[in-house]
Amino acid sequence: MNRVEKLLILIPAFNEEGAVGSVVREVREVIPDVPILVLDDCSEDGTRHAAQQAGADVLPMPYHLGLGGCVQAGYKLAFELGYEYVIRVDGDGQHDPRYIPKILETLEREKCEMVIGSRFMNGGGEHSGFLRGVGIVFFRAMLRPILGKTVHDPTSGFVGVNRTALALFSKSFPLEYPEIEALVVLQRKRFRFVEVPCKMRPRRTGRTTITALRSLYYPIHVLLGVFVNILKFEGRRK
Amino acid sequence: MDRLLNVITVFSALLIGLVLGSVRRAHIRPEYSVSWLLAAFVLLALSRWRALQDWIAAALGLNDAALVLLIMAGAVFVLVLFRFSLIISNLKDSNVALMQRVAILEFHLTNLDEKNKAAAGN
Repeated sequence: MNRVEKLLILIPAFNEEGAVGSVVREVREVIPDVPILVLDDCSEDGTRHAAQQAGADVLPMPYHLGLGGCVQAGYKLAFELGYEYVIRVDGDGQHDPRYIPKILETLEREKCEMVIGSRFMNGGGEHSGFLRGVGIVFFRAMLRPILGKTVHDPTSGFVGVNRTALALFSKSFPLEYPEIEALVVLQRKRFRFVEVPCKMRPRRTGRTTITALRSLYYPIHVLLGVFVNILKFEGRRK
Repeated sequence: MDRLLNVITVFSALLIGLVLGSVRRAHIRPEYSVSWLLAAFVLLALSRWRALQDWIAAALGLNDAALVLLIMAGAVFVLVLFRFSLIISNLKDSNVALMQRVAILEFHLTNLDEKNKAAAGN
């Protein structure tokens, strides 16, 4: 198995017909032979068709599962297919695929379980809104004592994981707003994560799932999720 | 007070009838009817059994039997709702796992189908 064969690119997408095709093509330009799996979370538009047209495989969800459920399905499949590394790139075009090799190299070099593409290292972060910025500062401060280190961009979905984390996330992964909770899930297993600086871009089409109303619900849900994960009895979810 | 007790008695009897009727028509599975039946029978017993009301009132340090009844009714239904929250949470976990498995199987089937078509074409 060569380096590229060990890697799977996961692209979760929900109603991203306008962007997902170009994201797949951009990934192909950066790593030509890498397998790409688009996780279509029961989109109502032509996301599935656009992804297939661009040359990606598609894992179609029979019902809308939400980001966490959809990404976990991808992790489960990747684990079953024997991949060593999985890198998640959002289907809205915000993540620049040119940083994929950097994330892969860091995963291999550092032997850590997760690498996070961070928009706030080296003074970046120009494409995050005011509310998100406030939320990130808040969660950064909250996570610092829990994780024992600072995570600059706890809400980043541009992440790479190795097979150890893949095995864990196949069994236990937050269903909604998974990024912050996933860090706590990792910490509970004493797994390591490393951040690498990445530039994020504005989304190309579609709308964010975190609307004004949900932005009020989001911190409450995430706080509860973090608290529950700290106390979690690892027995129920299969 | 007696009127309140009678209302609760009638309400409990109606709840028992409604649950049993729903079980008979297979609208509620028997295992999920147990909590409701238990709650309804507890309320029925409380509303008819004055000695039990007095004993609970004394244990809780209350003078008002009506208040005892309301507290007990509230507690019973909170417990029933909690049990159903557990059931719903388990069902949601099972549904998500099932849907993920369906998606993965569909993915494998599609790949197998394409391979078979390619093999038949050669």
